[in-house]
Amino acid sequence: MTISTLLFLLGMTMVFIAFIVIGILWAIRSGQFEDMEGPAQRILMDDDDPLLPSNRIEEENKK
Amino acid sequence: MPESGHEIVPAEIQKLALYDHPDIQRSFVIDAGEHRKEAVLILEGITCAACVWLNERHLKQLSGIQSVEVNYANHRARVAWDERQIELSRILQEIQFLGYNAHPYSAWQADQIRKTQRKRDLQRIAIAGIAAAQVMMLAVALYAGAWYGIDINTRRLLRWFSLLLTMPVVSFAAWPFYRSAWSAIKSSRLNMDVPVSIAILSAFAGSLWVTLTGGAQVYYDTVSMFTLFLLVTRLLESGAREKSIESAENLLKLQPAMTTRIRDGQQEYIAVLDLQQGDCILAKAGEIVAADGLIVEGMSTVDESLLTGESHAVPKQTGDTVIAGSLNQEGPLTIQVTDIGENTVLAGIVRLVDKAQAEKPRIAQLADRVSVWFTLGLLIFALLTGVIWLYIDAARAFEIVLSVLVVTCPCALSLAVPAALAAAGSNLIKRGILVTRGHALETLSHVTYLVFDKTGTLTIGKPRIEAMEMLSNVSADQCAAIAASLEQASEHPLAYAFMRHVEKERLFPVTQAGNMPGHGVTGDIAGTTYTLGNRNFANLGTEADERRIQARYPAATLVWLSDSKQALAVFVLNDPLRDDAKIAIAAIQSRGISVGILSGDSDAAVAYAAAELGVAEFSSQQKPQDKLAFLQALQVQGEVVAMVGDGINDAPVLAGAQVSFAMGTGTDVASQTSDIVLLSSKLSDVDAALSAGKNTLQVMRQNLWWAAIYNLVALPFAALGYIPPWLAALGMSLSSLIVVLNALRLR
Repeated sequence: MTISTLLFLLGMTMVFIAFIVIGILWAIRSGQFEDMEGPAQRILMDDDDPLLPSNRIEEENKK
Repeated sequence: MPESGHEIVPAEIQKLALYDHPDIQRSFVIDAGEHRKEAVLILEGITCAACVWLNERHLKQLSGIQSVEVNYANHRARVAWDERQIELSRILQEIQFLGYNAHPYSAWQADQIRKTQRKRDLQRIAIAGIAAAQVMMLAVALYAGAWYGIDINTRRLLRWFSLLLTMPVVSFAAWPFYRSAWSAIKSSRLNMDVPVSIAILSAFAGSLWVTLTGGAQVYYDTVSMFTLFLLVTRLLESGAREKSIESAENLLKLQPAMTTRIRDGQQEYIAVLDLQQGDCILAKAGEIVAADGLIVEGMSTVDESLLTGESHAVPKQTGDTVIAGSLNQEGPLTIQVTDIGENTVLAGIVRLVDKAQAEKPRIAQLADRVSVWFTLGLLIFALLTGVIWLYIDAARAFEIVLSVLVVTCPCALSLAVPAALAAAGSNLIKRGILVTRGHALETLSHVTYLVFDKTGTLTIGKPRIEAMEMLSNVSADQCAAIAASLEQASEHPLAYAFMRHVEKERLFPVTQAGNMPGHGVTGDIAGTTYTLGNRNFANLGTEADERRIQARYPAATLVWLSDSKQALAVFVLNDPLRDDAKIAIAAIQSRGISVGILSGDSDAAVAYAAAELGVAEFSSQQKPQDKLAFLQALQVQGEVVAMVGDGINDAPVLAGAQVSFAMGTGTDVASQTSDIVLLSSKLSDVDAALSAGKNTLQVMRQNLWWAAIYNLVALPFAALGYIPPWLAALGMSLSSLIVVLNALRLR
């Protein structure tokens, strides 16, 4: 009993590990670890910030 | 985007338009499909995350831009655009419009290689990490089984799975260690990767044998854990180092694409690639010569260390040849171009970058040498242990040799210094302080005397003409025009004050232009020789005049314009002190470091500044050789002298000081001869660098002590068989990790 259960569980582990490995290698290859600071900062910035020149012009047009 | 918002002077636009030239683009723009172009731009003036975001968003909104990616860490933007809709010059112009500056990055390939390398390293760590976690879990079962008893088939199953998981670690993740060890052995040297590779391979081979034939112990957990921790510590260390390399490259501006050409007596700013053989170009003092050529006018010294590696100034005069990429140090040179080709220039600059990267601080060289002997001693010791244990208990010999190899791996020792330097360097870069030479941080902590230059260093370096005093019947306008014409070829900060005063069209052509650093400039205009400089230079003004004018403007610098017979006018120039000068000097003095001021300026101006800043020791009217003599006198007395400067006249002193700072706004010569560049030109950064130097040395000492003590303590226990291999791997990893984490405190 034990041996076949163990074999099954270890086999499952191997399948999961294969998925994890494929996933992480894809993430690395697609450049997700290139810039570790950027994404954290980007999410905090607003697209309608008046610092952007185009937004400033729209503001002026509204007036 | 309405064009009205663009307040860029036409000359600047003209300059940028040159980047649309297909020949210039060839070196840094890549054709990425039909009409699609790609380039890497280095952004200047980025101080925060919002700056990066602003550039990114603004560029994305332009029509024709296909993608923009700005890396927050190294301030480089990768831009792709449609060449039918938008031109590169327009993109650069838009960035300028936002208040930043961008220039193309030409070492595209180096960047690409570094990126692939980093990806590969991360993949190795990922594989090692995933495998190590699984193998350790199976190892727990095996150790428990060894203690409480385990079914032989279950044990065999667990071992086979461990083997399967460890295979990619040994064959892929640990590859860099084998390669480094092999190349060391091939050149009959030893490095720390030799025992590492022996440990990994022998532990794996031993375990494989046990798995196949049956036996007491497997070491798969040791193998994967050892590999993982080594890879992680190396990534941490190399990440910090790469950051400094990238920043240094950004500073170097690898694309010297423009130069000044003289045609029919007129100066024009053109692309180096448009130069033709026989053209005449002007290299001002402090500029890099753009092409190989023959000097047709002027006299100067040229630093060719960029190309020859010999760092001393070579005197050059009419008829001599100059090489592209060399630095013109003193006077303006008119050069007739004999050889063109950006290859010459680029070759020199690439070499400079390589040199900067290859340079190692003394303490690191020492650690390297020590770890070679350490490695040799270790291998011999491991062999002896093995032989002795074969006599005592042959069954345990393999396990104990393995423990000895793993536990004493000199990784911590080799990492102690570079990890600290890299972490400190990347911390300083964040504050705008660039360390260009490895020894600088080490020397900083010993500094006992700090010398400041005045103009451009303690002061802002943008003096204004406050007043003019006429001493003859030549009109004020005429005098101003003559002075500005003479200063055309000078890069001295005072020169800009004159240039600002007069419109460009009114300048006279100057022949026989000469620049005597520390004195002034001279030149012929319409047959008359004029001099512009301090009073002693021409020595035609009277002392009474000087005293009278100086009394009225105590902080000002007086510049005398004379023809060959008499003094024509005195210009009163004033250059305000930097805001943080007083605080910075007080902070440095409170460290117990003596502060002095050396300046080429007049007595009164220097005395005024010194009194204002609370500096007791100062010397005025110093020529570069005087400054150097002053410095050497201090060094003879046993002082460790640091120098802060910015100009051409400081270059020899910066090179002569044990450690030197250059202001980022200063001349190229100054920043190339200095050890540390203050990119943001803040004087308080000097104090920050001093404290960073102290901390770095402290951390290096702690690291070296820790590594040495750990190895000395662990070795006898391992040799006597008290440490099983898995514990050895853990101990080694922890000791390396402690060294790296201790270094990372500096960030």
